This record gives sequence, structure tokens and C-alpha cells, in this order.
Amino acid sequence: MAKKDKVVEQASVDQSENAILNKETEGLSQGQIVFRRFVRHRAAMISVVILFTLIALVYTALDWRIGSKDDPYVIPGWWKYNFEDLPPLRFEDCPGGTVGCPTIDGIPFLDGDGVQLGEHPFGQDDIGRDYFALVMRGAQRSILVMFIIGIIAATLGTVIGSIAGYFRGWVDAILMRLVDFIITIPVIIIGSVIGYHYGNKGAAFLAVLLGIFAWTGLSRLVRGEFLSLREREFVDAARVAGASNRRIIFKHILPNAIGVIIVSVTLLMSGAILLETALSFLGFGVTAPDVSLGLLISTYQDAFTTRPWLFWYPGIFIIAIALCINFIGDGLRDAFDPRQRRRLSRKDKANARMMKNRSEVAS
Amino acid sequence: MRRIGALFVILFGSSFLLYNLAAISTDPIAELRLSDAPNKEQLILNLTRELRLDLPAPVRYFIWLRGVLGVFVGNPNFGLTREQEPVVTAIAGAIPVTVRLVFVATIVAIVLGISLGITSALRQYTRFDYGMTFFAFLLFSLPIFWVAVLLKQYLAIDFNDFLVNAVISPGWIIGLSVAAGFFWAAIFSGSRKRVSLIFIGVFIANSALLTVISVTKWFAYPRLGPIAIAVLGVGIAFGVTYLSVGLSSQAALRTSLLMAAAGTISYFPAQTLLNSDRPRVGLLILLVLLVVVSVAGSFIFSRIDRGPIIRTSLITSFLIGLLILVDRLMQAWRPFLESDDVNFRPVATIGQSTIWLSEVPFWVRVLDQVMHLILPTIALTLISFAGYIRFSRGTLLDVLNQDYIRTARAKGLNERTVIMRHAFRNTMIPLTTIMVADIAGIVGGAIITERVFAWQGMGTLFNKAIVSFDLNLLMGVSIFLSALAIIANLIADLLYSALDPRIRVGAGK
Repeated sequence: MAKKDKVVEQASVDQSENAILNKETEGLSQGQIVFRRFVRHRAAMISVVILFTLIALVYTALDWRIGSKDDPYVIPGWWKYNFEDLPPLRFEDCPGGTVGCPTIDGIPFLDGDGVQLGEHPFGQDDIGRDYFALVMRGAQRSILVMFIIGIIAATLGTVIGSIAGYFRGWVDAILMRLVDFIITIPVIIIGSVIGYHYGNKGAAFLAVLLGIFAWTGLSRLVRGEFLSLREREFVDAARVAGASNRRIIFKHILPNAIGVIIVSVTLLMSGAILLETALSFLGFGVTAPDVSLGLLISTYQDAFTTRPWLFWYPGIFIIAIALCINFIGDGLRDAFDPRQRRRLSRKDKANARMMKNRSEVAS
Repeated sequence: MRRIGALFVILFGSSFLLYNLAAISTDPIAELRLSDAPNKEQLILNLTRELRLDLPAPVRYFIWLRGVLGVFVGNPNFGLTREQEPVVTAIAGAIPVTVRLVFVATIVAIVLGISLGITSALRQYTRFDYGMTFFAFLLFSLPIFWVAVLLKQYLAIDFNDFLVNAVISPGWIIGLSVAAGFFWAAIFSGSRKRVSLIFIGVFIANSALLTVISVTKWFAYPRLGPIAIAVLGVGIAFGVTYLSVGLSSQAALRTSLLMAAAGTISYFPAQTLLNSDRPRVGLLILLVLLVVVSVAGSFIFSRIDRGPIIRTSLITSFLIGLLILVDRLMQAWRPFLESDDVNFRPVATIGQSTIWLSEVPFWVRVLDQVMHLILPTIALTLISFAGYIRFSRGTLLDVLNQDYIRTARAKGLNERTVIMRHAFRNTMIPLTTIMVADIAGIVGGAIITERVFAWQGMGTLFNKAIVSFDLNLLMGVSIFLSALAIIANLIADLLYSALDPRIRVGAGK
């Protein structure tokens, strides 16, 4: 009997919780609701902050040299070395007779000199280049590759997927066969074939080529969304009202499919940064004069036992970027999912109970 | 039938695409052009003739395709590699290596990933759940080559150093025990008192176990022996019975316990069997024996509804058989360690097996391959099981919201039956298809792993193909991987419809 009472009570508390949730979304557009849900996702918000800080930090660290090689126009960065500079290799006070050890000091006051960056915070590589500058440069390349792949794949995948899903018939059949052709070849194989020969043409060029082959999974998803959305009443209504195909696609269907697209593009981007580093590691990606995080790890993996910092820092940057993107993707998925209900905090629940009690008293 | 036709169309299309892509972007002559050999012109001409470079890429593709299509008339010709070795031979040599690498990793990833994912779903929104989510995302973001280098350092080199005197320091004992305590306390969450009780219990048990291991130098002289097998066997019997049919089923419990006893008794004859000249035959006999006993046991103890009980006892006997096998491998540990080729560094960092300078016993050889498998397996497992954690968690949460689960609860079934019989089985339907479709992806991921650990498998072939502009070899590898992917997808679809009666293949449209 007591159990039954509890169930009844639970149900009515649920009801008042629903009331709270409904009240919160009253009078807001879909976009605002999604934005509010996203902002409330703590891990995702932390990731957004970290990612933007990282990007700002990484891109302002080094000098930008624009224009001709001999007489470039220089926008100075806040870090004293560039990745091509060759400061003298430090020999003194390194553990175990190694050279070029990191001078970063994160332990405050214990060893007497407090937190400081020092001359070479991440150490130096074999020929004395500042490792902090190298890692910054590598992270710049990796982030650039990630965004280029993401943008190209998002555009191609959305356009092709929506055309296939909207027009159906033979257009769909041909486009989806093309998707099948590309999707059956493992990504790493396509990437290596392209990367081995075009890697020396620069990271951006490589990223464009990789992006051309990265859209297939997204286009399948978009096509599926379009197939189900085009049968809905609002599309019929638009068509009856005389809207053109283009207008229906861009104004009516695409905004409804945007959640799926954004979420899968974020996940694609985190895959892209891992792909780029993996290719560079195999030697099929960004090559020697330029720097990439994967290339740094690949070059210094054997130095791990003696000079671990050459290995740790690039890896930590890869993980930090990919992890942030993954969490943002997760937050976006939760925000766009209409079935997702917010977990009420204890305070909200107390409010709900109070409201229920009040209504009972009133009745 | 239509699907098989589509399969060939896709294979044709993707191979055509890749061939031309590779042919356009490669220039095998470039290296020669830069060379300063006196007979440069002649060399270029030879190479051109050998690789038919005078023909445009699509035409060369069809020449290649004609050879491949010989499959249907029983005379396939995948061409020769640049070293004049048939591509088929090269790939046939590489497949077993890659399969060995991928097989164990996949199984471990599936078992661990699904159990962690399900536990995490059942504890939704607890600290354990958040921890698991973070862990899974962390694994998603790890580059495999980076993990591999870390594993080499901390698991292989440091562990080998530790084995020299095999004494676990008190710091490690306390640290590991605290970690284990937190883990189990998080899984069995409940009231604060319960959690702290579990934490203390696990902490004490774990540190006691580790102390015993340290004092007896168990890692240097590992043994299970009949007593440990008996104790573990009884534990396995209870565990498997609880999960499969519940402890309330007397028949199942009795059968499983019988199996534990039978396993322990069979330990002694098993030693003679496994030590005989033909250990494989001995293994087979042991397997058949355990199966026969477990089926017979179920017939003795139960009259009705024998299926689940036979299943339970089969799983139990399989696990106990595995224990006996592990024990046999442990007996080979000392000879393995002391052999000159190993020289007390058992966990290998590179290669797929030690090159033995002298004749070694069968079990030492097996143990050697196991030790070489450990690091790549852990690396591959870490990368792929994050997906299983996330996916099984999501699916189980979906299933738990279904009406039939509410019905099952409303009928008054206990929680174990609801989870294991109603929810878990329905969770497995989409999971199976993911698993099958995932296999092709893991083989692709193995390319990097093979490179880091210097295994001579498909990945090495692929590397060689790209670096030496070897189109035939590249196409051989990629067509194998593509075919694997397509067939895996086909099997996944068919399995899906076989497992889930609501879905029919080819329906719709």
C-alpha cells in the first residue's frame, strides 16, 4: 500500500517537473531552446572554453610571415622563437646527461623559484629548435587540417545527401553508388595514397584532398533525414503554396536536419585530426620541412626513454583538441535531441515538490 | 541474389576508383629520372615496359581486372609484386598474422566494452557513469601510435625490470588497492555506509592478495595448481549461474558445481595429455571431455527445460578449461624466461615471435607468441572498446525505456531476469551488427599498430606497396580489405534480420 502511494506521489512530482521544464521553454524558438540546453551541458561548455583558448594561444604564439620569402611582412607573435629559429642547444642542468630539456616549472615555490616558463618551456629538439614553437606550429597545422576537412566534408556531404534524398530516383541511385564506392575503401588507405604524394605540397592542400573523400558517411545520414522529412506535411504545404525545389530544400527541410549535420560534422572533425596525425606518423602526411603533431611524435618516438618531453607534449595537444571536440559533439547531440530531458537539480526538485504541496493545499 | 550482384558492382567501382587515384598520384619513374646512372634511359624504358606505363591508367586497370576476373574460371591472376612475387602469396602470408593480431583484441574489446557499457547504463547518472563516459571519450581521442609507445615503455620495459625480483612495493599495493576499491564501490553504489563497507572490503582483500603475490614472488614463479583452479572454478560456477539463469535454479547450480569439480579432477589427467607429444590432440580430447560431462551433467540434474542449463554448464566448463590451459602456459614460464633468446625480458615490444636459435618445446613456443601478442592487443583493445562502451550503454538505455521492459517488471519478474533475459538480449541485436561491421574497421586500424610493433602483416604489405609504387600489391591489399568490409556488412544485415523478426531484408522500396 505504502509502495503504491509512493508511485502516485512520484507520478505527480514528475508532472510538476514537466511543468517546470515546459515553463522554461515557453516562448522560445527552437534555436534558443537548443542553445540553452547546450550552455547547460557542463562538459561541453568547459570544452568550448578550453578549445577557443587553445586556438587563440596556438595561433598567436608564432610570427606570421606574409609575402615574399626574402622580405616578408611580419606580424609578431607573443613567443620569442619561431619554429625555424635555431637558438643554441642548452647543455647545462639537464637530468641524466640529456640535452635540451624543458625549462617549464609548474611546481610553485617548492624548489624556490616558483612558476615560470623559462627559456625553452618544452625543451629543444636535436638541433636546438625550440620545441614549444614546434608544437605550436604543429598544432596550427593540425587544427587547420581539421577545420578544412570539416568544412569541405560538411558542404559536400550536405549538398550531395540532400540532393539524393530529395530527388530520389536515379539521381539518388547514382550518388549513393558513388558513396558506396568510396566508403568501402578504408579511410587510412585513401589517405595514405593521397598523402604520400601530395603531403609535401603543404598541409592545406592535403586537407582539401582528404576532405574530398571524407563526406560519404555524412551524406548518407543527411539523405536518410531528407527521405523522412520530405514526406512530412509542412513540405507538402510549402509545395502547394508554390515553393521551388531550392526553397523547399534550403528553407524548409535543411533547418530541420541541421542537428544531425552539426553533430556528425563535429565527430568527423575529431576523426580528422586523428587521421592527419596518424598519416603524418606513418610518413604519408605532412612532411619534413613543415611540422605536424603526428610527425613530431613519429620523429621522436625512439627518444622516449631518454627525452620523454619530446614525446609527451605533442601527444597531449592532440588529445586535448580531440577530447574537446568530442565533448562539444556530445553536448550538441544532447542539445538537439528532443527526447532528452534535463536532469533536474535537487533545488528544482524541491521547488517541484513545493509547487505540488501548494496546489494540494489550494485544492 | 540481387545483393550479391550489388556487392560485385561496388567492389568493381571502388577498385576502379582507387586504382586510378593511385595510378595518377604515383610516378614510379620519378626516382629514376633524378638518378645519374649511365643507363638511365634504358632503365626507364624497362620499367615502363614492365609496368605498362605507356598505357593510360584506366586501360591498365582493365588489364589488371582481366587477371582478377580469372577467379571465376579458376585461374586468378592478381599480378606480381615489384619483387616478382605473386601478390596472392604475399597476402596469404600476411593474413594469418593480421588475423591473430585482430582476433584476440576484438574479443577482449567486445566482452569488456559491453560489460562496462551495460554496468554504466544500469548506473545511469552516477559517478561511475560519468567516469565511464569520460574514459570512453578519452580513448576516442587517443592516437593509437601514441598509446603504443607508452605501453612499450610502461608495460613492457618497466614490467620486465620489475620481474627481475618480482617484489611489489608497498606504494603500489596501496595505490592499486585504493583504485580497485573505488572501482567496485562505484559499481555497487548505494547508501554511503554500503559504499564505504565495499570500499574497505575490496581494499583489504586486494592488498592481501597483492601482498601474497609479492611475498611468494608469484610473477616470477606463476602457478595456479589444482587448489586455485578448484576455488576459481566454484567462483565461476556461481557467477555464470547467477548471470544466466539465477541462483534459484538448483539444477543449473548443481550442474555448474559438478563442472567445477570435474574440471579440478581433470586437472591431473590433463597434465599428461597436454605434456604428450601431440599437445593439440590432447587439447581436443580435453575439450570433448568437458563438453560431454557438462551435457551429461545437465541431463542428470534436470528433467525439464534443459537448454539453458546445458548452456550454463557449457560456459562454465569452457572457462574452467581455459584456466587449465593458462596453468599449463604458466608452467612453461620458467623455461621460457630462462631460455637464452628471451633472457628474462618476457614482454616483447616488437615482432610477432622470437626467432628461436634452438629447438624449444611446444608450450614455450605458444607462450612466446602470447607474450608478443600482449602489447598490440592492449593497444587495439583500448582504441576499439570505447565505441562498444558508448554504444552498448546507449542501446541498453533505449531498450530499458521500451514497453516490454515495463511489462516484464509489472509481471513481477526480478531485476536479474528483466535485465539479462529481456533487456540484454534485445540490446545484443544492434550490437551484433555493429560488431560484424566493425571488424573491417579494426583491420584497417591494425595497419598503424603493425607499424609500431613491427609485425609483418597486411599493414606492412600496404606500407611497402605505397612506398615502392607497387600498384598490384596495393590493389591486392585494398581489394581484400574492401571485400572484407562489404561481406561483413552483408552478414551484418542478414544477421540483423535473422535476430530481429521485425526487420526483413529487401523489404520496402
